[in-house]
Amino acid sequence: MLLYDAMELITPNLGLVFWTTLCFIIFWLFVGKLAFKPIARAIKSREESIEEALSSAKKAKEEMLQLQTDNQAAIKLAQQEASQILKEARDLKSAIESNAQAKAKEEATKIVAEARAEIQKQKESALLEVKQEVSKLAVQIAEKILEKELSNSKEQQDFISDLVNKLN
Amino acid sequence: MYSAIKNVIFVIMLVFGSITYNTLQAQDSTLIEEVTEDVVAISETVTEGHHAPALTEIINEQDPIAAIMHHISDANEFHIWGDIALPLPVIIRKSDGSWSTGLSNQYHEAKDGLILSHGRIVDAQTHSAKELIDLSITKNVAMMLLSLLLLSIIFFSIKSAYQKRGVHSAPKGLQSILEPIISFIIEDIVKPNLGKDYEKYIPYIMSAFFFILINNLLGLVPFFPASANLTGNIAFTLTMAVLTFIVTNINGNKNYWSHIFLMPGIPKILLLIITPLEIIGMFTKPFALMIRLFANMTAGHIIILSLVSLIFILGENGASIGGAIGGTSIAVPFILFMNALELLVAFLQAYIFTLLSAIFIGMAIEEHHEGAH
Repeated sequence: MLLYDAMELITPNLGLVFWTTLCFIIFWLFVGKLAFKPIARAIKSREESIEEALSSAKKAKEEMLQLQTDNQAAIKLAQQEASQILKEARDLKSAIESNAQAKAKEEATKIVAEARAEIQKQKESALLEVKQEVSKLAVQIAEKILEKELSNSKEQQDFISDLVNKLN
Repeated sequence: MYSAIKNVIFVIMLVFGSITYNTLQAQDSTLIEEVTEDVVAISETVTEGHHAPALTEIINEQDPIAAIMHHISDANEFHIWGDIALPLPVIIRKSDGSWSTGLSNQYHEAKDGLILSHGRIVDAQTHSAKELIDLSITKNVAMMLLSLLLLSIIFFSIKSAYQKRGVHSAPKGLQSILEPIISFIIEDIVKPNLGKDYEKYIPYIMSAFFFILINNLLGLVPFFPASANLTGNIAFTLTMAVLTFIVTNINGNKNYWSHIFLMPGIPKILLLIITPLEIIGMFTKPFALMIRLFANMTAGHIIILSLVSLIFILGENGASIGGAIGGTSIAVPFILFMNALELLVAFLQAYIFTLLSAIFIGMAIEEHHEGAH
């Protein structure tokens, strides 16, 4: 029985060979050529497009990184420039300040000197006025004191003028 | 041939072993004798040329081997449920050269000297199909046509999906299930083996893969309209192997043929030995393909069916409820395991068949490298 079944099992049936050949060749020629080829092509082009997308993404990332470093450098440069400018401004400011101070000092000294000169002048003129006033007063006092004696005596008058001259 | 017989005999021994072992556990020794006598009796009737009893009778008579053989063999009608079977077209050339056509249900009574016996159409007198050329749409052919239809629907819909959705959008549905498989075949089977002209062989390799795969999978489905053991049928594997042989030798280049008939770099006298060996080698490669697929698929089916038979054997066809429960609890986990394994094997065998086909074709079209010897 074993041999019988085994022989039946491993004897190819001509009809099935015929139908398998027919079915497979139909499948191969129609589905294989009309569907598998376009599918394989589509998958290939999809792979290519994915690869392209990946590489362009990588490139974009690199570019971004480059841009970032560029930006950082630019920022650093700007910061340096800013601090440079600030320093210059500060220097300028201090220069202007010291300059202004010096000028102010000078001005002040000048003003003071002028004031002093003015004061001196005023003082002198005041003194002169005072002297004149005093001399006038003295003369008046003296006149009042010596009114009578001085009225005629020439010697007296000379003596007084001499005195007044000495006072000057 | 030898390895196939060995394979089949091994599995049948397994069945015998399980019958004997389980009966020993469940029954007393007298029953073993009865069962053995039964088996011997059935064996004798079959070897005398009589035909195995119908499936229901087979199970009643506790003959799992006949039941299994019936299940893995081809049939002229498509069994659906109980006594219901789908009649299939019959095209038979009789030994006298005349043709007989019709539907298989017309052959329940003898027609044109032919009769439907246990699923197969045989000569009404001799009860043998040996003299007939059966070009009928059998159960296997019906399932193959179904698979062809399924494959056409699947792949033309995928093709239109690629055309409609373009290659820049992500795949969807069926397309996304099959795209990894298709790119696996192209990247790992076709490209590494078939050199720079690989695109020419994509249709053949992919057709072979999916044709074998879908029929492996349909063969695992245990009910109508699948269930036919097509890829475990030697006629199917023979055809596929012959097609690989034809593709290999049609595309074989000068280098391939010179390696067969005039192996370079070898003393002329040795060619007397080498050339016949190389010629045998041309045929052993597809032969191995044929046997590998046939034996793997058939063995898987036989193991699963043996495990199913265990339930009937232990349950004594309903006489012993306890035995049936025991048999079920033993058999079902094993059947589940075997089905999972067969699912793997279905993919694996389709992969191996196409991989080896690609390697054989690749060897035949390989460009000659100077200094390789």
